[in-house]
Amino acid sequence: MLAKRIIPCLDVQNGKVVKGVKFRNHEIIGDIVPLAQRYAEEGADELVFYDITASSDQRVVDKSWVSKIAQVIDIPFCVAGGIKTAQDAQQILNMGADKISINSPALLDPDLISRLADQFGQQCIVVGIDSYFDKDTDQYQVYQFTGDEKRTQKTQWQTFDWIQEVQKRGAGEIVLNCMNQDGVRQGYDLEQLTQARAITSVPLIASGGAGTIEHFTQVFKQSDVDGALAASVFHKKVIEINTLKSTLIKQGVAIRPQGILC
Amino acid sequence: MTQQNIVIVDTGCANISSVLYAVERLGDQVTVSDSPQVISQADKVILPGVGSAKHAMKNIEDKGLVETIQSLTQPVLGFCLGMQLMCAESAESGFNNENEQVACLGLVPTTINVMKADGLRLPHMGWNTLTFEGNHPIFKGIESGAYVYFVHSYCAPISQYTIASCTYGQPFSAAIAKDNFIGCQFHPERSSDIGSLIIKNFLEM
Repeated sequence: MLAKRIIPCLDVQNGKVVKGVKFRNHEIIGDIVPLAQRYAEEGADELVFYDITASSDQRVVDKSWVSKIAQVIDIPFCVAGGIKTAQDAQQILNMGADKISINSPALLDPDLISRLADQFGQQCIVVGIDSYFDKDTDQYQVYQFTGDEKRTQKTQWQTFDWIQEVQKRGAGEIVLNCMNQDGVRQGYDLEQLTQARAITSVPLIASGGAGTIEHFTQVFKQSDVDGALAASVFHKKVIEINTLKSTLIKQGVAIRPQGILC
Repeated sequence: MTQQNIVIVDTGCANISSVLYAVERLGDQVTVSDSPQVISQADKVILPGVGSAKHAMKNIEDKGLVETIQSLTQPVLGFCLGMQLMCAESAESGFNNENEQVACLGLVPTTINVMKADGLRLPHMGWNTLTFEGNHPIFKGIESGAYVYFVHSYCAPISQYTIASCTYGQPFSAAIAKDNFIGCQFHPERSSDIGSLIIKNFLEM
Protein backbone atom coordinates (compact mmCIF):
# COMPACT_ATOMS: atom_id res chain seq x y z
CA MET A 1 0.00 0.00 0.00
CA LEU A 2 1.25 3.47 -0.87
CA ALA A 3 2.53 5.04 2.34
CA LYS A 4 1.60 8.48 3.62
CA ARG A 5 4.67 10.70 3.61
CA ILE A 6 6.28 12.56 6.52
CA ILE A 7 8.09 15.57 5.07
CA PRO A 8 10.36 17.83 7.10
CA CYS A 9 10.65 21.24 5.49
CA LEU A 10 13.85 23.19 5.79
CA ASP A 11 13.45 26.90 5.15
CA VAL A 12 16.75 28.17 3.82
CA GLN A 13 18.04 31.72 4.08
CA ASN A 14 21.62 32.67 3.20
CA GLY A 15 22.70 29.04 3.26
CA LYS A 16 21.31 28.32 6.74
CA VAL A 17 18.13 26.61 7.91
CA VAL A 18 15.80 29.15 9.51
CA LYS A 19 12.29 29.13 10.95
CA GLY A 20 9.86 31.96 11.57
CA VAL A 21 6.46 32.17 13.20
CA LYS A 22 3.63 32.93 10.78
CA PHE A 23 6.32 33.47 8.16
CA ARG A 24 8.00 36.26 10.21
CA ASN A 25 10.95 36.75 12.58
CA HIS A 26 13.25 34.11 11.20
CA GLU A 27 15.75 32.51 13.52
CA ILE A 28 18.70 30.36 12.45
CA ILE A 29 18.22 26.66 13.20
CA GLY A 30 21.46 25.24 11.78
CA ASP A 31 23.45 24.09 8.75
CA ILE A 32 21.60 22.52 5.85
CA VAL A 33 23.52 19.35 5.11
CA PRO A 34 23.83 17.85 8.63
CA LEU A 35 20.17 18.55 9.34
CA ALA A 36 19.11 16.98 6.03
CA GLN A 37 21.22 13.94 6.79
CA ARG A 38 19.78 13.62 10.29
CA TYR A 39 16.21 13.67 8.98
CA ALA A 40 16.96 11.09 6.30
CA GLU A 41 18.48 8.77 8.91
CA GLU A 42 15.56 9.27 11.29
CA GLY A 43 13.08 8.09 8.69
CA ALA A 44 11.82 11.17 6.85
CA ASP A 45 10.15 10.06 3.60
CA GLU A 46 11.11 13.16 1.66
CA LEU A 47 12.62 16.59 2.29
CA VAL A 48 11.65 20.03 1.05
CA PHE A 49 14.19 22.86 0.92
CA TYR A 50 12.59 26.22 0.55
CA ASP A 51 14.64 29.35 -0.05
CA ILE A 52 12.22 31.78 1.52
CA THR A 53 14.01 34.89 0.36
CA ALA A 54 14.54 33.91 -3.25
CA SER A 55 11.42 35.08 -5.04
CA SER A 56 11.19 38.34 -3.16
CA ASP A 57 14.85 39.26 -3.78
CA GLN A 58 14.60 38.85 -7.55
CA ARG A 59 17.29 36.20 -7.45
CA VAL A 60 17.40 32.48 -7.88
CA VAL A 61 18.02 30.14 -4.97
CA ASP A 62 21.74 29.78 -4.12
CA LYS A 63 22.32 26.35 -5.56
CA SER A 64 25.66 25.12 -4.33
CA TRP A 65 24.05 23.22 -1.45
CA VAL A 66 21.71 21.27 -3.74
CA SER A 67 24.44 18.96 -5.00
CA LYS A 68 25.87 18.60 -1.51
CA ILE A 69 22.48 17.36 -0.32
CA ALA A 70 22.13 15.03 -3.31
CA GLN A 71 25.51 13.54 -2.43
CA VAL A 72 24.66 12.67 1.15
CA ILE A 73 20.96 11.83 1.32
CA ASP A 74 19.22 8.80 -0.18
CA ILE A 75 15.58 9.88 -0.06
CA PRO A 76 13.76 12.15 -2.50
CA PHE A 77 13.98 15.91 -2.07
CA CYS A 78 12.38 18.96 -3.55
CA VAL A 79 13.85 22.44 -3.97
CA ALA A 80 11.70 25.57 -3.93
CA GLY A 81 12.47 29.22 -4.27
CA GLY A 82 12.78 31.62 -7.18
CA ILE A 83 12.57 29.09 -10.00
CA LYS A 84 11.27 31.23 -12.84
CA THR A 85 12.45 29.51 -16.02
CA ALA A 86 13.02 26.08 -17.49
CA GLN A 87 16.77 26.75 -17.22
CA ASP A 88 16.49 27.39 -13.47
CA ALA A 89 14.58 24.12 -13.11
CA GLN A 90 17.00 22.19 -15.31
CA GLN A 91 19.97 23.33 -13.27
CA ILE A 92 18.44 22.24 -9.97
CA LEU A 93 17.24 18.88 -11.32
CA ASN A 94 20.68 18.26 -12.83
CA MET A 95 22.26 18.87 -9.45
CA GLY A 96 20.25 15.95 -8.10
CA ALA A 97 16.95 17.35 -6.84
CA ASP A 98 13.99 15.07 -7.56
CA LYS A 99 11.39 17.81 -7.80
CA ILE A 100 11.18 21.54 -8.03
CA SER A 101 8.46 23.61 -6.45
CA ILE A 102 7.18 26.94 -7.70
CA ASN A 103 4.95 29.41 -5.90
CA SER A 104 5.10 33.18 -6.61
CA PRO A 105 6.50 32.72 -10.16
CA ALA A 106 3.50 30.51 -11.00
CA LEU A 107 1.17 33.29 -9.87
CA LEU A 108 2.98 35.84 -12.04
CA ASP A 109 3.12 33.47 -15.04
CA PRO A 110 0.71 30.52 -14.72
CA ASP A 111 1.86 29.11 -18.06
CA LEU A 112 5.26 28.40 -16.44
CA ILE A 113 3.64 25.34 -14.81
CA SER A 114 2.75 23.88 -18.23
CA ARG A 115 6.13 24.62 -19.73
CA LEU A 116 7.94 22.93 -16.85
CA ALA A 117 5.59 19.92 -16.87
CA ASP A 118 6.08 19.50 -20.63
CA GLN A 119 9.84 19.60 -20.40
CA PHE A 120 10.55 17.69 -17.19
CA GLY A 121 7.44 15.61 -16.60
CA GLN A 122 4.47 16.37 -14.42
CA GLN A 123 5.81 14.24 -11.55
CA CYS A 124 8.63 16.63 -10.69
CA ILE A 125 6.63 19.87 -10.82
CA VAL A 126 5.22 20.85 -7.44
CA VAL A 127 3.13 23.97 -6.94
CA GLY A 128 3.24 25.54 -3.49
CA ILE A 129 0.24 27.61 -2.44
CA ASP A 130 0.23 30.03 0.49
CA SER A 131 -3.36 30.34 1.60
CA TYR A 132 -4.77 32.72 4.19
CA PHE A 133 -8.27 32.60 5.62
CA ASP A 134 -9.65 36.12 5.45
CA LYS A 135 -12.27 36.48 8.19
CA ASP A 136 -13.70 39.65 6.65
CA THR A 137 -14.60 38.01 3.35
CA ASP A 138 -14.94 34.48 4.77
CA GLN A 139 -12.70 33.23 1.93
CA TYR A 140 -9.40 31.41 1.57
CA GLN A 141 -7.11 33.74 -0.37
CA VAL A 142 -3.80 33.03 -2.11
CA TYR A 143 -0.85 35.20 -1.08
CA GLN A 144 2.47 35.73 -2.81
CA PHE A 145 5.99 36.83 -1.85
CA THR A 146 5.41 35.43 1.62
CA GLY A 147 9.16 35.06 2.20
CA ASP A 148 9.46 38.81 2.74
CA GLU A 149 6.88 40.45 4.96
CA LYS A 150 7.35 43.85 3.29
CA ARG A 151 6.33 42.39 -0.05
CA THR A 152 3.77 39.81 1.05
CA GLN A 153 0.53 40.55 -0.76
CA LYS A 154 -2.87 39.10 -1.45
CA THR A 155 -3.43 37.92 -5.02
CA GLN A 156 -6.58 37.94 -7.12
CA TRP A 157 -6.91 34.17 -6.59
CA GLN A 158 -9.15 32.39 -4.15
CA THR A 159 -7.41 29.23 -2.98
CA PHE A 160 -9.75 26.57 -4.36
CA ASP A 161 -9.89 28.27 -7.79
CA TRP A 162 -6.11 28.39 -7.92
CA ILE A 163 -5.85 24.69 -6.91
CA GLN A 164 -8.01 23.80 -9.89
CA GLU A 165 -6.10 26.11 -12.22
CA VAL A 166 -2.67 24.70 -11.37
CA GLN A 167 -3.90 21.14 -11.93
CA LYS A 168 -5.25 22.09 -15.36
CA ARG A 169 -1.85 23.51 -16.16
CA GLY A 170 0.06 20.36 -15.22
CA ALA A 171 1.03 20.53 -11.54
CA GLY A 172 2.14 17.08 -10.38
CA GLU A 173 1.71 17.77 -6.68
CA ILE A 174 0.31 20.56 -4.53
CA VAL A 175 1.64 21.77 -1.19
CA LEU A 176 -1.08 23.73 0.54
CA ASN A 177 0.38 25.95 3.21
CA CYS A 178 -2.26 27.28 5.55
CA MET A 179 -0.73 30.57 6.69
CA ASN A 180 -3.05 31.14 9.65
CA GLN A 181 -1.63 27.96 11.17
CA ASP A 182 2.02 28.32 10.18
CA GLY A 183 4.51 27.93 12.99
CA VAL A 184 1.97 28.11 15.81
CA ARG A 185 1.59 24.34 16.29
CA GLN A 186 -2.18 24.37 16.80
CA GLY A 187 -2.85 21.66 14.23
CA TYR A 188 -3.32 21.48 10.48
CA ASP A 189 -6.26 23.33 8.94
CA LEU A 190 -8.39 20.20 8.54
CA GLU A 191 -11.39 22.03 7.15
CA GLN A 192 -9.45 23.75 4.40
CA LEU A 193 -7.41 20.63 3.57
CA THR A 194 -10.49 18.41 3.40
CA GLN A 195 -12.10 20.83 0.96
CA ALA A 196 -8.87 20.99 -1.05
CA ARG A 197 -8.61 17.19 -1.11
CA ALA A 198 -12.05 16.90 -2.68
CA ILE A 199 -10.93 18.94 -5.72
CA THR A 200 -7.33 17.67 -5.98
CA SER A 201 -6.56 14.64 -8.11
CA VAL A 202 -2.77 14.91 -7.78
CA PRO A 203 -0.88 14.28 -4.51
CA LEU A 204 -1.78 16.88 -1.87
CA ILE A 205 0.64 17.80 0.90
CA ALA A 206 -0.55 19.54 4.09
CA SER A 207 1.62 22.32 5.47
CA GLY A 208 1.35 24.62 8.46
CA GLY A 209 0.36 23.96 12.05
CA ALA A 210 1.80 20.62 13.13
CA GLY A 211 2.40 20.62 16.87
CA THR A 212 1.63 17.15 18.14
CA ILE A 213 1.56 13.58 16.82
CA GLU A 214 -2.23 13.71 17.01
CA HIS A 215 -2.21 16.52 14.43
CA PHE A 216 -0.56 14.19 11.91
CA THR A 217 -3.07 11.41 12.66
CA GLN A 218 -5.94 13.85 12.11
CA VAL A 219 -4.67 15.22 8.84
CA PHE A 220 -4.09 11.77 7.35
CA LYS A 221 -7.34 10.24 8.61
CA GLN A 222 -9.68 13.21 8.22
CA SER A 223 -8.25 15.09 5.25
CA ASP A 224 -6.72 12.12 3.39
CA VAL A 225 -3.67 14.09 2.34
CA ASP A 226 -0.75 12.20 0.75
CA GLY A 227 1.87 13.79 2.92
CA ALA A 228 2.28 16.07 5.89
CA LEU A 229 4.96 18.71 5.95
CA ALA A 230 6.32 20.25 9.13
CA ALA A 231 9.33 22.24 10.24
CA SER A 232 9.64 23.56 13.77
CA VAL A 233 8.43 20.43 15.57
CA PHE A 234 11.21 18.46 13.90
CA HIS A 235 13.92 21.12 14.13
CA LYS A 236 13.29 21.64 17.82
CA LYS A 237 12.78 17.91 18.48
CA VAL A 238 9.29 18.48 19.86
CA ILE A 239 8.43 15.39 17.81
CA GLU A 240 10.92 12.65 16.91
CA ILE A 241 10.27 11.28 13.44
CA ASN A 242 10.65 7.63 14.43
CA THR A 243 8.26 8.04 17.38
CA LEU A 244 5.82 9.81 15.08
CA LYS A 245 5.99 7.03 12.52
CA SER A 246 5.63 4.16 14.97
CA THR A 247 2.63 5.91 16.58
CA LEU A 248 0.96 6.48 13.20
CA ILE A 249 1.50 2.82 12.28
CA LYS A 250 -0.21 1.74 15.53
CA GLN A 251 -3.11 4.04 14.69
CA GLY A 252 -3.57 2.32 11.35
CA VAL A 253 -2.07 4.94 9.03
CA ALA A 254 -0.07 3.48 6.10
CA ILE A 255 3.49 4.55 6.92
CA ARG A 256 6.92 3.32 5.86
CA PRO A 257 8.49 2.01 9.07
CA GLN A 258 11.90 3.26 10.09
CA GLY A 259 14.61 0.57 10.04
CA ILE A 260 15.67 -1.71 7.26
CA LEU A 261 13.74 -4.92 7.89
CA CYS A 262 10.70 -3.87 9.91
CA MET B 1 35.44 -5.89 -4.09
CA THR B 2 38.35 -4.15 -5.75
CA GLN B 3 38.26 -1.51 -8.41
CA GLN B 4 35.61 -2.75 -10.74
CA ASN B 5 34.68 -0.62 -13.66
CA ILE B 6 31.13 0.70 -13.20
CA VAL B 7 29.58 2.78 -15.96
CA ILE B 8 26.35 4.79 -15.91
CA VAL B 9 24.99 5.23 -19.43
CA ASP B 10 24.56 8.94 -20.18
CA THR B 11 21.09 8.82 -21.72
CA GLY B 12 20.81 12.61 -21.82
CA CYS B 13 18.07 12.56 -19.16
CA ALA B 14 18.04 14.56 -15.96
CA ASN B 15 18.64 12.46 -12.86
CA ILE B 16 22.08 11.03 -13.56
CA SER B 17 23.76 12.81 -10.66
CA SER B 18 21.55 11.19 -8.03
CA VAL B 19 22.34 7.73 -9.45
CA LEU B 20 26.03 8.62 -9.57
CA TYR B 21 26.04 9.76 -5.93
CA ALA B 22 24.20 6.61 -4.81
CA VAL B 23 26.97 4.41 -6.25
CA GLU B 24 29.67 6.69 -4.86
CA ARG B 25 28.13 6.47 -1.39
CA LEU B 26 28.94 2.76 -1.50
CA GLY B 27 32.55 3.71 -2.07
CA ASP B 28 32.77 2.68 -5.71
CA GLN B 29 34.34 4.56 -8.57
CA VAL B 30 31.89 5.20 -11.34
CA THR B 31 32.05 6.74 -14.81
CA VAL B 32 29.21 8.45 -16.66
CA SER B 33 29.61 7.83 -20.38
CA ASP B 34 27.89 7.67 -23.74
CA SER B 35 30.91 6.08 -25.44
CA PRO B 36 30.08 2.62 -26.91
CA GLN B 37 33.60 1.45 -26.12
CA VAL B 38 33.54 2.57 -22.48
CA ILE B 39 30.09 1.05 -21.93
CA SER B 40 31.01 -2.26 -23.58
CA GLN B 41 34.15 -2.66 -21.47
CA ALA B 42 32.42 -1.98 -18.13
CA ASP B 43 32.11 -4.66 -15.44
CA LYS B 44 28.67 -3.36 -14.49
CA VAL B 45 26.38 -1.05 -16.43
CA ILE B 46 23.61 1.12 -14.99
CA LEU B 47 20.88 2.47 -17.26
CA PRO B 48 19.16 5.42 -15.53
CA GLY B 49 16.33 7.50 -16.87
CA VAL B 50 13.66 10.08 -16.19
CA GLY B 51 11.29 11.47 -18.79
CA SER B 52 9.33 9.85 -21.57
CA ALA B 53 10.36 6.62 -23.34
CA LYS B 54 10.11 8.33 -26.70
CA HIS B 55 12.50 11.11 -25.74
CA ALA B 56 14.98 8.73 -24.08
CA MET B 57 14.97 6.22 -26.97
CA LYS B 58 15.62 9.05 -29.40
CA ASN B 59 18.62 10.12 -27.31
CA ILE B 60 19.93 6.55 -27.23
CA GLU B 61 19.47 6.20 -30.99
CA ASP B 62 21.07 9.58 -31.69
CA LYS B 63 24.08 8.57 -29.62
CA GLY B 64 24.32 5.28 -31.55
CA LEU B 65 23.98 3.19 -28.38
CA VAL B 66 21.13 0.79 -29.26
CA GLU B 67 23.32 -2.09 -30.41
CA THR B 68 25.93 -1.34 -27.76
CA ILE B 69 23.39 -1.85 -24.98
CA GLN B 70 21.72 -4.82 -26.68
CA SER B 71 25.00 -6.70 -26.96
CA LEU B 72 26.06 -6.27 -23.30
CA THR B 73 26.70 -9.55 -21.48
CA GLN B 74 27.79 -8.14 -18.10
CA PRO B 75 25.17 -7.34 -15.40
CA VAL B 76 23.03 -4.34 -16.41
CA LEU B 77 20.66 -2.58 -13.99
CA GLY B 78 17.93 -0.24 -15.24
CA PHE B 79 16.32 2.32 -12.94
CA CYS B 80 12.73 3.48 -13.51
CA LEU B 81 12.57 4.61 -17.16
CA GLY B 82 15.83 2.66 -17.63
CA MET B 83 13.86 -0.49 -16.77
CA GLN B 84 11.09 0.46 -19.16
CA LEU B 85 13.60 1.00 -21.96
CA MET B 86 14.72 -2.63 -21.52
CA CYS B 87 11.29 -3.84 -22.65
CA ALA B 88 10.04 -4.49 -26.18
CA GLU B 89 7.89 -1.40 -26.49
CA SER B 90 6.26 1.36 -24.48
CA ALA B 91 3.00 3.27 -24.72
CA GLU B 92 4.69 6.31 -23.14
CA SER B 93 5.23 8.61 -26.08
CA GLY B 94 4.81 11.98 -24.36
CA PHE B 95 2.07 14.59 -24.59
CA ASN B 96 -0.08 14.73 -27.74
CA ASN B 97 1.11 11.37 -29.06
CA GLU B 98 -1.44 9.03 -27.55
CA ASN B 99 -1.83 5.55 -29.04
CA GLU B 100 1.67 5.62 -30.49
CA GLN B 101 3.88 2.69 -29.39
CA VAL B 102 7.57 3.44 -28.88
CA ALA B 103 9.99 0.65 -29.82
CA CYS B 104 12.43 0.08 -26.94
CA LEU B 105 15.58 -2.01 -26.55
CA GLY B 106 13.83 -5.40 -26.52
CA LEU B 107 16.02 -6.95 -23.83
CA VAL B 108 13.13 -8.25 -21.74
CA PRO B 109 10.15 -9.40 -23.82
CA THR B 110 7.40 -7.47 -22.06
CA THR B 111 5.61 -4.18 -22.74
CA ILE B 112 5.02 -0.92 -20.89
CA ASN B 113 1.47 0.36 -20.56
CA VAL B 114 -0.26 3.15 -18.71
CA MET B 115 -1.10 2.10 -15.15
CA LYS B 116 -4.64 0.99 -14.50
CA ALA B 117 -4.75 2.43 -11.03
CA ASP B 118 -8.42 1.65 -10.41
CA GLY B 119 -9.35 5.25 -9.68
CA LEU B 120 -6.30 5.99 -7.54
CA ARG B 121 -4.27 9.10 -8.22
CA LEU B 122 -1.53 9.08 -10.86
CA PRO B 123 1.42 9.32 -11.02
CA HIS B 124 2.01 6.55 -8.50
CA MET B 125 4.36 8.63 -6.37
CA GLY B 126 5.81 7.72 -3.01
CA TRP B 127 6.88 4.74 -0.93
CA ASN B 128 5.27 1.38 -1.59
CA THR B 129 6.07 -2.24 -0.76
CA LEU B 130 7.83 -4.99 -2.68
CA THR B 131 6.63 -8.59 -2.89
CA PHE B 132 9.30 -10.91 -4.21
CA GLU B 133 8.61 -13.50 -6.88
CA GLY B 134 11.34 -16.14 -6.68
CA ASN B 135 14.68 -15.44 -5.14
CA HIS B 136 16.68 -13.04 -7.30
CA PRO B 137 20.16 -12.21 -5.91
CA ILE B 138 19.57 -8.47 -6.39
CA PHE B 139 17.21 -8.65 -3.38
CA LYS B 140 19.53 -10.66 -1.14
CA GLY B 141 18.99 -9.73 2.52
CA ILE B 142 15.68 -7.96 1.88
CA GLU B 143 12.27 -9.34 2.79
CA SER B 144 8.92 -8.87 1.09
CA GLY B 145 7.16 -5.86 2.58
CA ALA B 146 10.20 -3.58 2.28
CA TYR B 147 9.35 -0.05 1.13
CA VAL B 148 10.96 1.60 -1.91
CA TYR B 149 10.33 4.90 -3.70
CA PHE B 150 8.24 4.97 -6.88
CA VAL B 151 7.42 7.78 -9.32
CA HIS B 152 5.70 6.61 -12.50
CA SER B 153 2.47 6.48 -14.48
CA TYR B 154 3.41 3.58 -16.78
CA CYS B 155 4.36 0.04 -15.80
CA ALA B 156 5.15 -3.49 -16.93
CA PRO B 157 2.50 -6.14 -16.26
CA ILE B 158 3.16 -9.17 -14.08
CA SER B 159 4.89 -11.77 -16.29
CA GLN B 160 7.38 -14.63 -16.14
CA TYR B 161 10.08 -11.92 -15.98
CA THR B 162 8.71 -10.34 -12.80
CA ILE B 163 11.14 -10.70 -9.87
CA ALA B 164 9.26 -8.32 -7.55
CA SER B 165 5.73 -7.02 -7.68
CA CYS B 166 3.93 -4.05 -6.17
CA THR B 167 0.25 -3.16 -6.06
CA TYR B 168 -1.29 0.22 -6.80
CA GLY B 169 -4.86 -0.29 -7.89
CA GLN B 170 -3.60 -3.40 -9.67
CA PRO B 171 -0.46 -5.54 -9.32
CA PHE B 172 2.45 -4.61 -11.60
CA SER B 173 6.14 -5.47 -12.00
CA ALA B 174 8.25 -3.58 -9.48
CA ALA B 175 11.31 -5.31 -10.94
CA ILE B 176 11.97 -7.54 -13.93
CA ALA B 177 14.94 -9.61 -15.10
CA LYS B 178 16.09 -11.72 -18.00
CA ASP B 179 19.61 -13.14 -18.21
CA ASN B 180 22.04 -10.32 -17.34
CA PHE B 181 19.44 -7.55 -17.60
CA ILE B 182 17.67 -6.41 -14.42
CA GLY B 183 15.26 -3.49 -14.19
CA CYS B 184 13.69 -1.75 -11.18
CA GLN B 185 10.59 0.36 -11.69
CA PHE B 186 11.32 2.15 -8.41
CA HIS B 187 14.31 4.38 -7.66
CA PRO B 188 16.95 2.47 -5.65
CA GLU B 189 19.00 5.67 -5.50
CA ARG B 190 16.18 7.33 -3.55
CA SER B 191 15.04 4.31 -1.52
CA SER B 192 17.12 4.81 1.64
CA ASP B 193 18.83 1.75 3.16
CA ILE B 194 16.83 -0.77 1.10
CA GLY B 195 17.77 0.95 -2.16
CA SER B 196 21.40 1.14 -1.15
CA LEU B 197 21.41 -2.60 -0.39
CA ILE B 198 19.92 -3.34 -3.82
CA ILE B 199 22.66 -1.34 -5.54
CA LYS B 200 25.28 -3.06 -3.36
CA ASN B 201 23.86 -6.49 -4.29
CA PHE B 202 24.06 -5.53 -7.97
CA LEU B 203 27.66 -4.37 -7.66
CA GLU B 204 28.52 -7.71 -6.01
CA MET B 205 26.90 -9.84 -8.71
